[in-house]
Amino acid sequence: MSDAAMPPIAPTRTPEFEARLKKRYAKEKRFKQAGLGAILFSVVVLLFLLATMTLNGLGGFQRAELEVPIDFTQAGLVADPAQLDDGHAQQALEQQGLNDVVAYFAQESLGEEGANQLGAQAWREVANAIADDPDILSRSETFWLPSSDDLARGLDGNGPQDMQVLATQLADAGKLEKKFDGGFLTRSDASDPQEVGIWGALKGSILTMIITLALAFPIGVLAALYLEEFAPKNRWTDVIEVSINNLAAVPSIIFGLLGLAVFLAIFPNYRSAPLIGGMTLALMTMPVIVIAGRNAIKAVPPSIRDGALAIGASPMQVVFHHVLPLALPGILTGTIIGMARALGETAPLLLIGMRAFVATPPDGFTSPATVLPVQIFLWSDEIDRGFVERTSAAIIVLLLFLLVMNALAIYLRNRFEKKW
Amino acid sequence: MSPAILFLLALGLGLAGWLAARARAYSLRAASDTGRLAALPQYHGWYVALWVVVPVVIFAAIWSFAAPQIVVNSVLAHPAADALPEFGFKRAQILSEARAVAVGAAQGVFDPLARPLVEPFREAIGRTNIIGLVVALLVGFAGGAFAFLRVKPDFRARTKVERALLGLLLLASLVAILTTLGILGSLIFETVRFFGMVDPISFLFGTHWSPDPMANAANPDPTRYGAIPLFWGTIFIGAIIAMVVAIPLGLMSAIYLTQYAPSKLRAWIKPALEILAGVPTVVYGYFAALTIAPAIRDMAMTLGVTNASSESALAAGLVMGVMIIPFVSSMADDSIAAVPAAMRDGSLAMGATESETIKRVLIPAALPGIVAGVMLAISRAIGETMIVVMAASTAANLTANPLEAMTTVTVQIVALLTGEGSFDHPATLAAFALGFVLFLVTLALNFIALRVVKKYREAYE
Repeated sequence: MSDAAMPPIAPTRTPEFEARLKKRYAKEKRFKQAGLGAILFSVVVLLFLLATMTLNGLGGFQRAELEVPIDFTQAGLVADPAQLDDGHAQQALEQQGLNDVVAYFAQESLGEEGANQLGAQAWREVANAIADDPDILSRSETFWLPSSDDLARGLDGNGPQDMQVLATQLADAGKLEKKFDGGFLTRSDASDPQEVGIWGALKGSILTMIITLALAFPIGVLAALYLEEFAPKNRWTDVIEVSINNLAAVPSIIFGLLGLAVFLAIFPNYRSAPLIGGMTLALMTMPVIVIAGRNAIKAVPPSIRDGALAIGASPMQVVFHHVLPLALPGILTGTIIGMARALGETAPLLLIGMRAFVATPPDGFTSPATVLPVQIFLWSDEIDRGFVERTSAAIIVLLLFLLVMNALAIYLRNRFEKKW
Repeated sequence: MSPAILFLLALGLGLAGWLAARARAYSLRAASDTGRLAALPQYHGWYVALWVVVPVVIFAAIWSFAAPQIVVNSVLAHPAADALPEFGFKRAQILSEARAVAVGAAQGVFDPLARPLVEPFREAIGRTNIIGLVVALLVGFAGGAFAFLRVKPDFRARTKVERALLGLLLLASLVAILTTLGILGSLIFETVRFFGMVDPISFLFGTHWSPDPMANAANPDPTRYGAIPLFWGTIFIGAIIAMVVAIPLGLMSAIYLTQYAPSKLRAWIKPALEILAGVPTVVYGYFAALTIAPAIRDMAMTLGVTNASSESALAAGLVMGVMIIPFVSSMADDSIAAVPAAMRDGSLAMGATESETIKRVLIPAALPGIVAGVMLAISRAIGETMIVVMAASTAANLTANPLEAMTTVTVQIVALLTGEGSFDHPATLAAFALGFVLFLVTLALNFIALRVVKKYREAYE
């Protein structure tokens, strides 16, 4: 066979080929950049969202306060320990004319115009201070009390012109300042953004979560154990499985409709109570726990079951003494994720009436309450400019809670995840 | 007496039974020749405790429903009740007023007719409480005594306790079915009532939506209940605008993360996407209403659109799309990862570039999973409430202009049910009909998605 018999091989790297290859590589590069761009977009949106909330919200943890020195030796208020002790301090002091005392000293310090700009509920903070420490009444004390909303806006350079002028005057005199408002975490809803707080909503959230956890966790874990370890393979267990998977995908607002039509029909007196809210959210959370629980139980190797069975344990003992403890970290991770979802849920709770204006923190599972996300929703509807900052501040608190829960879930997953 | 006290009583009695039976089992074991019982002492304890707790709890559940009726009957038998009006709302109101005073929930009564009833109420409630307590104690003791007498050395308590436990497990898994039935039942029941007032044809195919909660409930105007604008708004915001954002971005994110990203970057990006998915929807809604919607309106204004609304479908849809990105990306991630590496390697070995491999080999192979993921994403988007409640409007509007105000099914459910309307009014019941439609559509989407995955997934395994 001679070389002459071979047809000449066409060169592969022709100019056309080179051009095509270049084009293909350019395409490849563009595609890769598009992927990176997509990710960057998501991350940028996330950062933008967090930055907007934080920048707005930092203002929400502050409020404009006026300096009011009060000389109680002149005020003639009587501290009767019996009256101050039993939680009626505000009432007792109001009857003694504390509001007038505060108004008088405010006028002394701030002038007539400024005194009118003291928050309507400011005297209550003085009353609380007296209740905490009755000895104040024998000396003179300087208070920083919330200003009116108008003046607070004036300090920010918004609102009516005369308020801006007044605010500048007072601020220059050092009598009006933006101060960190620790009370934001301990007060409840109010109609004035200067006087609102989130403790009422936070407590409502905590009570609701307790009910949700107390119902969803045991039911979810027991159902997961049954389906994974004991259920026979038949049509009935298929129905159970399908309904659990479907429930996990049902929109949350449908659970609100269920709570409204069923729970409120059974307990008509507990409208907007954490009990009903917790029951509704429990139905929503339960499928999440069941699905996570089944995966965790499935991951426990059969050799552990066989070993326990071989030394004479009953199937029930195998499950409760060996399988469940080993699967528990996985179940807990799923539970925390489900609870985090329930904590951020708003729509179903709106439907069952947890959107009421609740000015005092709920004192039990059956008293009217609202929860943090619903409080955010309610404040977001307020036209008042001051509520924008307060809403963002409440969002920061909510996000912090969720972050802590998710971090806990990730920690549990990393700490206890076992490769068998 | 509240049921809570009865439940606490049940627990207390149960604990007593548990301790007593366990102690007896220990003494039996000490006395027996072999030093063995047929079951461990604690199982005897649990057996007795179950026989105490379960009957008392069942009784407490029945009693909490029966007791108020017994109280009312005995009050009505009292001579002071003769002056009451006939059956009806007024009578029920007087009774509940008198009860509130009797239990200490109210200071005084408004209706003079209620005043003489307070004392009978107080007596009846006290009497019923004592009866309930005595019966509960009797039931508990009877159950406990029956079980306690069976504690013998050769009694197989463990099998009995385990059978009860199995029943409890089964009961827990039935909660899912009960919930599904509860959802279906309540939705269907109220929807049927609604269709008794407004016919289904004008609801499903009417194009005008403006329910009036103040109108006469007995004679609603069916032309006001045309839900087509709501369905269109839902589809336009959730399935079109949101998906235009979420599908390309989610898919490209997943491709970059699985194919290109160095593992260090992936370790940072994945949790970031998870945070994006974990942000509560009320926060997204606030973000959309406060930041995005005004920005879009201003932008439209500068582009010369004069009637741009501050509550636009575009704002709600865009933010919803961002919310769905992590969802689409994790579904796509899973299905791309499930494609066998041999296919990818084969394509690369033939000289294809990575992007050609992804576009011509990986994506087609992963397509069923991706399609299923997109369907689940749509189902989630159309069921999403808070973003649209806060950023879209309540004005029903049948238009294809994304800058106009539009409303969705979920917005209307919230709007109709948070008003002051009564439960017999078609405007309130319409919310349940809308919920039913939403439930059916999301169910269908989930079902199709699962079928697609099941049918095509195994092709490579």
